[in-house]
Amino acid sequence: MSATGIGASVRRKEDFRFVTGRGQYTADIARPGQAHLYFVRSTHAHAKILRIHAGHASRMPGVIAVLTGEDFAAGKLGSLVCGWLIHSKDGTPMKMAPHPALPVDRVRHVGEPVVAVIAERADQARDAAEAISIDYEELPSVVDPAKAQAPDAPQIHEVAPNNTIYQWQLGDPAATEAAFARAASVTAIDLVNNRLIPNAMETRAAVAEYEPGTEQFTLWNTSQNPHVARLVLSAFVGIAPEHRLRVIAPDVGGGFGSKIFIYPEELVALWAAKTVRRPVKWTSERSEAFVADAHGRDHVTRAELAFDAEGKILGLKVKTIANLGAFMSTFSSSVPTYLYATLLSGQYDIPAIFCEVDAVYTNTVPVDAYRGAGRPEATFVVERLMEVSARRLGVDPAELRRKNFVKNFPHQTPVIMNYDAGDYAASLDKALALADYAGFPQRKREAAGRGKLRGIGLSAYIEACGIAPSQAVGSLGAGVGLWESAEVRVNPTGTVEVLTGSHSHGQGHETTFAQLVSHRLGIPIDNIAVVHGDTDKVQFGMGTYGSRSGAVGMSAISKALDKVETKAKKVAAHLMEASEADIVFEDGKFTVAGTDKAVTFGEVALNAYIAHKFSGAELEPGLKEGAFYDPVNFTFPAGCHVCEVEIDPETGRTDVVNFTAVDDFGNVINPMIVEGQVHGGIVQGIGQALMEACVYDESGQLVTGSYNDYRMPRAGDFPPLVVDTTVTPCPSNPLGIKGCGEAGAIAAPAAVMNAVTDALGTEDIAMPATPLAVWTVLQRQAHREAAE
Amino acid sequence: MYDFTYHKAASLDDAAKLLASAVDAKPIAGGQSLLPMMKFRLASPSDLVDLGTIAGLDRIEAEGGTLTLGAMCRHGAVCTSEVVQKTLPALAHLAGLIGDPAVRHRGTLGGSLANNDPTADYPAAAVSLGATIVTSKREIAAEDFFTGLFETALEPDEIVVAARFPVPEKAAYEKFRNPASRYAMVGVFVAKFPDVVRVAVTGAGASGVFRVPSFEEALSKDFSADALKGLSISTDGLAGDIHASAEYRAHLVGVMARRAVAAANG
Repeated sequence: MSATGIGASVRRKEDFRFVTGRGQYTADIARPGQAHLYFVRSTHAHAKILRIHAGHASRMPGVIAVLTGEDFAAGKLGSLVCGWLIHSKDGTPMKMAPHPALPVDRVRHVGEPVVAVIAERADQARDAAEAISIDYEELPSVVDPAKAQAPDAPQIHEVAPNNTIYQWQLGDPAATEAAFARAASVTAIDLVNNRLIPNAMETRAAVAEYEPGTEQFTLWNTSQNPHVARLVLSAFVGIAPEHRLRVIAPDVGGGFGSKIFIYPEELVALWAAKTVRRPVKWTSERSEAFVADAHGRDHVTRAELAFDAEGKILGLKVKTIANLGAFMSTFSSSVPTYLYATLLSGQYDIPAIFCEVDAVYTNTVPVDAYRGAGRPEATFVVERLMEVSARRLGVDPAELRRKNFVKNFPHQTPVIMNYDAGDYAASLDKALALADYAGFPQRKREAAGRGKLRGIGLSAYIEACGIAPSQAVGSLGAGVGLWESAEVRVNPTGTVEVLTGSHSHGQGHETTFAQLVSHRLGIPIDNIAVVHGDTDKVQFGMGTYGSRSGAVGMSAISKALDKVETKAKKVAAHLMEASEADIVFEDGKFTVAGTDKAVTFGEVALNAYIAHKFSGAELEPGLKEGAFYDPVNFTFPAGCHVCEVEIDPETGRTDVVNFTAVDDFGNVINPMIVEGQVHGGIVQGIGQALMEACVYDESGQLVTGSYNDYRMPRAGDFPPLVVDTTVTPCPSNPLGIKGCGEAGAIAAPAAVMNAVTDALGTEDIAMPATPLAVWTVLQRQAHREAAE
Repeated sequence: MYDFTYHKAASLDDAAKLLASAVDAKPIAGGQSLLPMMKFRLASPSDLVDLGTIAGLDRIEAEGGTLTLGAMCRHGAVCTSEVVQKTLPALAHLAGLIGDPAVRHRGTLGGSLANNDPTADYPAAAVSLGATIVTSKREIAAEDFFTGLFETALEPDEIVVAARFPVPEKAAYEKFRNPASRYAMVGVFVAKFPDVVRVAVTGAGASGVFRVPSFEEALSKDFSADALKGLSISTDGLAGDIHASAEYRAHLVGVMARRAVAAANG
């Protein structure tokens, strides 16, 4: 292993500019003559727009334009769309309601943009926005997914009776019923997977510019997938044809899914830039982000697990209501279906599974993919069921899992997925050893001596990453293919630019992708630049989400490098007057097998461009190759996380005192970056389990609309995390990579709640287990004990 | 943030004059409460009078059983001051629990007292210790100073100059943070003097800091955590929200009081 190659913990090349304030984010972009955009947002969860009073505002200092839904409608642009078509079990397509960027006559959630104000300065735009008043006729609203389908629930969209978007199912209902019929025992649980607000460090922003001479648009945008944004804005919305729309996603400060989607705000910025013939800039305030960025999770689930008398699983039944909010966001339909139900087999050999999912509209912020996207929800169902079952059956939760693990690969589950490789017992064993599972009873006694309730919980999760084989997702309703593209450009001096369709917004691609190139070409990592995030530079790409950049994006680079190597060998053969078949490339040197003849990679690069040693008839000059890589399967990262908590029964406060994660990510490019990804995921997962409550009141107002009330995880909340790996290389891509970006957020919630319920001795507590929630449970127990 | 006129005050008299001369002028010390409110456009003073330019408002002195802190003492300075740590360690501890390092390096004692946020820490210390608030016009007993939610006895052109804290035999502050905001959801300051014990609670009251006479009475007889066992406070007048019901806050007042007494007893 070289110091900068695959497997080395190379320090992140991009961090110098980030930590010294030299990053270039969308908000840093300033175009000559740019105007500023500010939105008047709905203060009601559900209301008719009767009249917008904007006359005074439009005459205020600096105001260039005040644009409403009627203006937008006159522009004849298309609606925002959800790009994954789901069919209900009765064969009907999902009930997708129109989603205009600015509404004409009705608002459907607090925070929905209603009026766009454009002014010379940002504060002038905001001043004018404050001077606009809107007459509304309030309508009844519904925010709770469990109540959205009630006959008396307010109807949010005409196209979706009972607010039901689809009633979808996966698996074999008859086989599952049969399995339950012969079960020796059944565990049933009711779960709420709490709604989360993403909160990337950088809020969303857009700068839109229109050149009337060439009819060319440019959009700088906080996007995880600029090419997909361009495609949707062109093909569906019709703002401009693809070749006249350039989308640039410069440095982006975190996304976690929330920056995948195409939102009203950037569309309005583009349209407004053409309307007012000025570059238009919008920067979301933090308060706006709470009501403008797609939220995550929000499932209500009933799940049942059937066992035979020996503790082997016979079948699983799941019924989930998924809240998609007021509009269907870009990929919202896929999250509670193909990204969720397909993972319900967990790490286990389950002969029969049946899952039903109803997706509903509510008067809340749209819900879409958020770190893990469907897979955290699936893991939470499966791993809570396993823990509760073990307690009911009186067996060790680790052993119940071990007994039911999938042991032979490939393994076809009853819910589409075909697991290609894994060793679930290996990660379980390592996690139990690192967590000193055997020593837990002793620690529990010691904690009891200090008046603390100590609990331990496991989560043996699996996820499907490396999204995804295009043919497979196409057959499931995806509107796009999910391959990745790459181009490797070798310069005459031997330095290299790698153009990738993946997008880095914190993942460290500038380092890890360069490590792959350094490893393969034997050149210093500083001689490699990773170019991404600009549709004019990179031909196409599907972007970064679903832990796909390593498994899919790097595989595309690897494929392009294969082609570069092949071509370079031809150049080297001419250079050394040898047969191409005799050229060996190793450690950055081309040698002629069996001789001491050698040339460096740099010499070959130069000769490829000066082209003095071969004729045009023999070989094309230059050294530049591109590749598209379409994976043959999903990848299946899996592992075991162990959480230990201590609860202060006097205050209800829960402290995570130990957290151990053993993950199988396949081959790892940069262990340090992977460890960082795991840390981030775990704290988000613990955040969901213990801290992050997104609360709407009955009238549809978001109560947790700022950090004063929305409880974000902080570094000081956590003990040192014990993170380790096991390795079964992924057989489905050339690098053997599985992906690591979401594992922590997928695994941790179940581990934490299994530990909390172990400590409390009751299953009857929902996420997040805040001090108030825990204290309330303890009070209930105390009253019950007093009554007995 | 709306536009405003910024003034540097040369002296207390100058500050008072500036405050009296504008329509809606506000003094600004560390700005850790006022500036966020202005950024949210929830406060819109016409003028800001900066007190940070007035000399001599940040002294820390211990003399004759009294600790005097200038109004412009930053929380970080109080927390790390050897004088405070030696004479009134509970107050140094309290200052170290305020906000985060950035807030502690800007936020001031006077600003916190004058703002009287119902979840701020200093009001509990001031009431429990029986502090005297020295202003540009007079001296006010802490209990008379805090008059309600974000309300004090200060007149519009009156400026906090210092606070004098009688040094107790024993004291401690225990804080249970609001999980999200990290302000006190319940903060209890307990101080024992030769003749009196005072227990002051912040965070829990719907209208700000309050004392707990039943706890004080029990502790006057027996200054031990055990003396508080079985005692509880009524939920009347307590705040309730998504983070803590009034019942939970009432419960936490008991827990934090017992822990504060135990801490005071070392």
